[in-house]
Amino acid sequence: MFAEQLINGITLGSIYAIVALGYTLVFGVLDIINMAHGEIFMFGAFIGMVIVTKMNAPLAAAFAGAVLVTAALGYLLERVALRPLRGRTGVSHLAPLISTIGVSILLENLAHHIFGAGNQLFETPFAEIRFTIGSTTVYLVQVVILAVSVVLMGGLSLWLARTRSGKGLRATAESLETAELLGVDTKRIITATVVIASAMGGIAGVLVGMAFNYINNQIGLSMGLKGLAIIIFGGMGSVAGAMAGGLILGLSETFVVAYGSSGYRDAIAFLTIIVVLLLRPQGLFGRAAPEARR
Amino acid sequence: MNGKIRLAGLVFAFVFAPVLLGATGYAEKGKGPEIHAKIGVISILTGPGAAYGEAITNGFKLAQEEMNARAGLRIDLVIEDSSGKQEQALAAAQKLINSDQVVAILGPTLSTEMKVVGPEANASGVPIMGTSTTAQGITQIGKFVFRNSLPEALAIPASIGKAVRKYNLRKVALLYGNDDVFTKSGYDTMKKVSEEMKLAILTTETFQKGQADYKAQLTKIKNLAPDAIFCSALYEEGAVILSQARKMGIAVPFVGGNGFNSPKVIEIAKGAADGLVVATPWFGEKDDPKVKAFVAKYEKRYGKKPDQFAAQAYDGLTLMAEGLKKAGKADRAALRDALAGIRNFHGVLGTFSFDEERDVVMEPAVLIIRNGKFQLFR
Repeated sequence: MFAEQLINGITLGSIYAIVALGYTLVFGVLDIINMAHGEIFMFGAFIGMVIVTKMNAPLAAAFAGAVLVTAALGYLLERVALRPLRGRTGVSHLAPLISTIGVSILLENLAHHIFGAGNQLFETPFAEIRFTIGSTTVYLVQVVILAVSVVLMGGLSLWLARTRSGKGLRATAESLETAELLGVDTKRIITATVVIASAMGGIAGVLVGMAFNYINNQIGLSMGLKGLAIIIFGGMGSVAGAMAGGLILGLSETFVVAYGSSGYRDAIAFLTIIVVLLLRPQGLFGRAAPEARR
Repeated sequence: MNGKIRLAGLVFAFVFAPVLLGATGYAEKGKGPEIHAKIGVISILTGPGAAYGEAITNGFKLAQEEMNARAGLRIDLVIEDSSGKQEQALAAAQKLINSDQVVAILGPTLSTEMKVVGPEANASGVPIMGTSTTAQGITQIGKFVFRNSLPEALAIPASIGKAVRKYNLRKVALLYGNDDVFTKSGYDTMKKVSEEMKLAILTTETFQKGQADYKAQLTKIKNLAPDAIFCSALYEEGAVILSQARKMGIAVPFVGGNGFNSPKVIEIAKGAADGLVVATPWFGEKDDPKVKAFVAKYEKRYGKKPDQFAAQAYDGLTLMAEGLKKAGKADRAALRDALAGIRNFHGVLGTFSFDEERDVVMEPAVLIIRNGKFQLFR
């Protein structure tokens, strides 16, 4: 029972973490919360579902399709909802938040129109592969989800720390104007960030479909809210924080159900977050406030 | 064109019927002047519950067409969206009552919504009938509040009783959605019935609307090895729970509430739906010409089989029409009195009566899913 619940918790936590990585990347650079991220993630799930279940194509095609579509959505989001508001005088700093909320509502209803209301089956033979260790059944999907989240986190950290474009991104995050003066193509950096974050949402979407077998046009909202809570919990803009926060939330939710009462699932999970934030207001891996943000 | 000729024929009949029958003193009932009624509908057309709203409004529209094709009555529907939200349902009701001046309201979809809309309609003296509100205490809101949806309090004891006798159940696990009046009230009934039948409740687990992952709850239940799982859920969540449970190797029967009864469960959960027991006012395979005609017409029109919500909506509007005919005019108070007097009405749900408290009196059918089909559970 313990081992099974541990696996359940890690699977859930890894998915939370990948969703949160998308939030944290955009927040790190643009200082805004991209409220449309959950819905982009949901779109990725649906694209994957159409490719795998309706067209019977291999799983790799589902990932490729979901990444392509969500990356395109990310690009459109940047061009339509974010860029026109940036750097203009008289635009409130909350304006991009509101415009991404608009995009999220648009996407949710678009999904309703295209894919219909209610749960849609996400069926792939890959999700049936399992093996047994002792008395515990492990699905290969669960291993893949954990692996993907670790790889994404590692890749992202390396990219940010080691590559030229990663440095450009950090410079942009530090100060848009200074980075621009130093010759960083900030427009390109920002577009790339939103596109990469969205593509990661697409990957998470396909993983959710594989793990839970069902998707609907509301999963963006519920997963999105969890992702949001995790980046505050883990530290805004921190990659490691998103990963740790996701796993902690996933595990605590699962174990509250396993050894306590499922009625208190969200209550205890969020109580943990509040307590951590009281002790460390900047979040688990967040930098202390003054020099972190301009 | 055809319709016009028919209409002209109707008008002709109306004008002359009284003349012809006049000699005997009274015109026959229903052959008076045409009653023109505007009925408001509050349903979920957008958001999480939109799948229910779609079935419900389809049922209303089909019934409306049939009623309007007959003599003596013309019904117009004013359809408003509540999104499943209390405040939006209330705003819709106020608009229907005050600016559209409807004679009656059908809906809203959820019991949660009815708890705020019911008192408003009751205070304004507008008859309101829920066709999908099955929680406790709905018609007790006031004397203008009706429903034709079988309450959980009637459905659940029937299904649990049969399952206990058939499978000789001793210990059970309970699972329910704790963020909805409907599923919560279903759970309350399940718990009460289980205690009355001296069943051991091994654990009680909860979940929320729209949840994707039930593995934590199901793993826990699996390890406790119950004889059956009593699950109070709407079909969207319920079907996913069934699927994840079967995949995990939980093979025991599920007993569901009213909201679990939909062909959609089979559509969503496929083979995993086998072994679900529900009590229901609606059985689409019933050997009854009225049921068969309704199913055929609905399927032809909307390309899918009607579920319980469509059937209840269909009968709901038919009941309203019956009330209007009895009242003889499109008047709110007269319609209320006429509705309250309806007994032994034969609809697609079976033989239906309102009791003293305007609540449902009928015999539910207990069904089980076997080989991907709802069958009578014997």
